[in-house]
Amino acid sequence: MIRARALEKRYGDKRILRGIDLDVGPDDFLLVTGPNGSGKTTLLRLCAGLAAPTRGDFELGVSRGRIGYVAHEPLVYRELTALENLDLYGRLYRISERRERIGMLLERFGLWDARHERVASYSRGMLQRLALCRAFLHEPDLLLLDEPYSGLDDEGALVLDRELTERAPRTAFVVATHEPERLRRHATDLLALA
Amino acid sequence: MNYLADVGALARKDLLLELRARDTLPAMLLFVVSALVVFHFVLPAGSSDLAATGLLWVALLFTALLGLSRAFAAEREQGVIDGLVLAPSDRSAIWLGKALSILAFLALAELIALPAFALFFRHIDGTLVGGVALADVGIAAVGTLLAAMAAASRARELLLPLLFLPLAIPIVVGGVGASVADDPARYLGLLGLYDALFAIICWASFEYVVTE
Repeated sequence: MIRARALEKRYGDKRILRGIDLDVGPDDFLLVTGPNGSGKTTLLRLCAGLAAPTRGDFELGVSRGRIGYVAHEPLVYRELTALENLDLYGRLYRISERRERIGMLLERFGLWDARHERVASYSRGMLQRLALCRAFLHEPDLLLLDEPYSGLDDEGALVLDRELTERAPRTAFVVATHEPERLRRHATDLLALA
Repeated sequence: MNYLADVGALARKDLLLELRARDTLPAMLLFVVSALVVFHFVLPAGSSDLAATGLLWVALLFTALLGLSRAFAAEREQGVIDGLVLAPSDRSAIWLGKALSILAFLALAELIALPAFALFFRHIDGTLVGGVALADVGIAAVGTLLAAMAAASRARELLLPLLFLPLAIPIVVGGVGASVADDPARYLGLLGLYDALFAIICWASFEYVVTE
């Protein structure tokens, strides 16, 4: 699904990534760890096709419509409600039975009661839950998660644990995290960036 | 059909955002009316209609610039542009949806601006309205692309006018010409040609603006 050889990424004079080799298959779960500024987010943006490598070979064997991406930002409009945001993405991803799927995800992530509230009024944890709903909405084949537990309370973290357990056998994952222990049981490979 | 559905969903989202936040259209309305009031007092009594028409175009152009500077504010502030770019829909649909919403804002601002111009300066006729309508299409097409480019830059407030104003010169030439010339068809044709040419260029190049 993802194959990279000697991957390098620079922004101006600053080298963010160097000599990265990656192989991610359809049911692999790659954990990416490293200190702040080590290039975890940049690597995920490369995998999403949102950034281009400066050097090296990179092949992405999945169309962008089959990628689910959770970034630092929730990638939702603050002045729209959760329902309106997910409906917009549902239309763009041409999801059949969109309303049912959105309702099911909002229910599962505990946002159903707040579905008509503008996202601007959401807490950090609720935003993260909404970001996860957005990323899971189209049942992606490749999930790129950047600090997925960030902002989640214990209940939210448990819901995410359940989702990952359910999806891990049939979805490829690349997860950047500072909490590798929490995800170790799913991991098929580990990439430690320096 | 899917493409048009995407464009419709994106344009409707922009109109809904504006309805909720009200941070672009009221500013455009206030600016264009204020500018026309200032111009009314700046122009000496007995000034020609030609001068007044020129000032109308100055007011419209800078009102458009004000709207364009906010065009990608929501996408930039929330990082939503990454989410839209990742969607499987054709990326040019993002440009077209945004251009249509800009066009709607311009049309609404001009619904107030043109009667105000008629009140302060001179009567408005069909060719002036036609010129403004054609100019709006060009402004929305080019302005949306440049607003997306500027949004990716840290110096976006500086960059947008620097990019937009030189490219808007043919719009001003065509618009003023259509408003005052004895043969407005030539200038309306220029505006139509500009619209068609730049709409195609912007439609085809938007993808490269929003991706690295």
